[in-house]
Amino acid sequence: MMTLAGMDWHAIYFWLFALLTCGFALAVLFSANVVRMAFYLVLCLGASAGLFFLTGAEFVAAMQLMIYVGGTLVLLVFGVMLTAHSRFVSLRTPSGEWILALIAGSALLALLLSAALKVPDWVKANPDRAAISAADVEATTPIGMGFAGVRVDKLSQTDPQLLGGMSGYLLPFLIVSIHLLVVLIGAAYMARAKRRAAAVDEGAV
Amino acid sequence: MAELINLQILNRLLGWAGVDLPPSHLAGAVLAALVHGVILLGIVAVAAMFFIWAERKVAGRIQDRLGPTRVGGRFGWLQALADGIKLLSKEDVRPREADALLFRCAPYVSFAASFTAYLALPFSDGWVAQHINSAVFFILAVLGLEVFGVILAGYASGSKWSLFGAMRESAQVVSYEVPLGLCVVVPVFICGTMNLVTIGNMQTGWLTNWLVFHDPFTFAVFWVYFTCAIASVNRAPFDLAEAESELVAGFHTEYSGMRWCYFFMAEYGSMLLVSGLATILFFGGWHGPVPVFDMLGWSSMGGVLQYVAELAGAANFLIKAVVGVTVMIWVRWTLPRLRIDQVMTTCLKYCTPLAAVCFLGALGWQTGMFGLAAGPLWSPNQLMAVKQRGEYRESWVLKAEAAAAAEGSAAQAGRPAASGDRDEPDVSGETEPARSSATGAVGSPLSRKGGVG
Repeated sequence: MMTLAGMDWHAIYFWLFALLTCGFALAVLFSANVVRMAFYLVLCLGASAGLFFLTGAEFVAAMQLMIYVGGTLVLLVFGVMLTAHSRFVSLRTPSGEWILALIAGSALLALLLSAALKVPDWVKANPDRAAISAADVEATTPIGMGFAGVRVDKLSQTDPQLLGGMSGYLLPFLIVSIHLLVVLIGAAYMARAKRRAAAVDEGAV
Repeated sequence: MAELINLQILNRLLGWAGVDLPPSHLAGAVLAALVHGVILLGIVAVAAMFFIWAERKVAGRIQDRLGPTRVGGRFGWLQALADGIKLLSKEDVRPREADALLFRCAPYVSFAASFTAYLALPFSDGWVAQHINSAVFFILAVLGLEVFGVILAGYASGSKWSLFGAMRESAQVVSYEVPLGLCVVVPVFICGTMNLVTIGNMQTGWLTNWLVFHDPFTFAVFWVYFTCAIASVNRAPFDLAEAESELVAGFHTEYSGMRWCYFFMAEYGSMLLVSGLATILFFGGWHGPVPVFDMLGWSSMGGVLQYVAELAGAANFLIKAVVGVTVMIWVRWTLPRLRIDQVMTTCLKYCTPLAAVCFLGALGWQTGMFGLAAGPLWSPNQLMAVKQRGEYRESWVLKAEAAAAAEGSAAQAGRPAASGDRDEPDVSGETEPARSSATGAVGSPLSRKGGVG
């Protein structure tokens, strides 16, 4: 009991979730079955959502679960089930792709590591939930206002150079969503054109 | 809870050995997590047992027969337990074509999702396992994961019936999440928070304060919510994933024994969950039709009387949620199953536009029909002023803030701190300076970082 007294449970949970995330990420990498990959990816993303919860960023964590796990991965498995051919279900990665993936992955890893090592001072996560909950207004309202195009944090920014770059997220958000809409309409159009050709053939026969 | 266990229980029990644990010690945290987990597991399991019995009795009555009558003496009330023992003793079989790992995991994925959502569901004022600011969003997100277990089960079984069931399920759930989310947004923006405890506490008082009576649009949106909730937990008339008359048993065709049982515990668990969510969002949560304990003054008295009031609130909440589940059972045995195209039509052509219209309508009601009237239109709800709602906090946070403000001001000026109104749900102007100084004193670097986004 006395040896446990100095134990930091926050760090323990961090290591637990970090190991789960990395372990299941590796499992995604090394499994050959698409559905199993999706399942490991669910666990990996769920564990990283746990990391977000640990930092008190509950909204981001729920967002991660809803969009990636509940949305994207369900659609992925749905797509696999619709096109369930053994050729696609079981994926064997050729060695050339391994090399390409290693180059791309290690480049990203180097970038992230250099960014992580350049941080001058790491702030310890605060497990004081009352403080986090009390700061709710300061935490989520500016994000919502920012999406609506009003950057409240401009008021506290003194550096004029940084101030110039602070714009609302409304325009980028709209551009991205319209881009998505265009992609969806394009996909629907392509799928439809094929069917129409088939119908014409049938009519001719 | 962790502080309570560390300070009040462990330190007193182990005080003779010279043990003095800090309030946030690991032992208390683990014990608190265990207590919460076991209580919630008990609630989910007992609820599943009760509802399986209730389903049989209601189905029996609707079909003009008796249902279970013998097990446990009268009314067959122990029938579900007998079923459970039978399922435990069944052989655990697995088809040769099945993907062994995923086939075994799938029931646990379903059950874990349904159970995890309970962590954010408050049963009474402050009676919640995890105080999550965006609890509504969390519950919707986690509830959406339940479908993954069903899809995995359908895929991994290696059976065409299961695969058909899983495909219907994924198409249905992905579509119904849209109107469900739109319906939930309406009470959220009326209250200005996603914290379920706060939303519940805002409806303190008589039943006229329930959000379902806020305006005609919230009344309409509740029915859309209930339809979408039935669809998202796969109950008839939307139970296409297990349509017995077409697909043998759908996604759980190949399952038997306890694994099969886990799917049903997940189903009944999420039925209670969506009913509980409806209770908090539309029917006042733990605040009854008649505010008996508020009139007696017990609910803000502290000590044992407040505990009794909170306990009665939890009973009130559970009664409302059970009524919701009973309506779901009633609907199941009354309406025939829809076809898959009818399910999609219901979602895309009726529920989604209705939810969107109600969303706009409720928004218009709040803003005086977009500026045509002077202010919000008339409503039977006596909620607090709109500006205060977004600032309103759970009572334990108010206490923590007041304590921090007391410390801060005592340290700064050396005078006794003004104790803000701690238990009153109504936030008056007094707490305003207290709050700002509290967040200044307690606000962590982390939360400030979150503010920048």
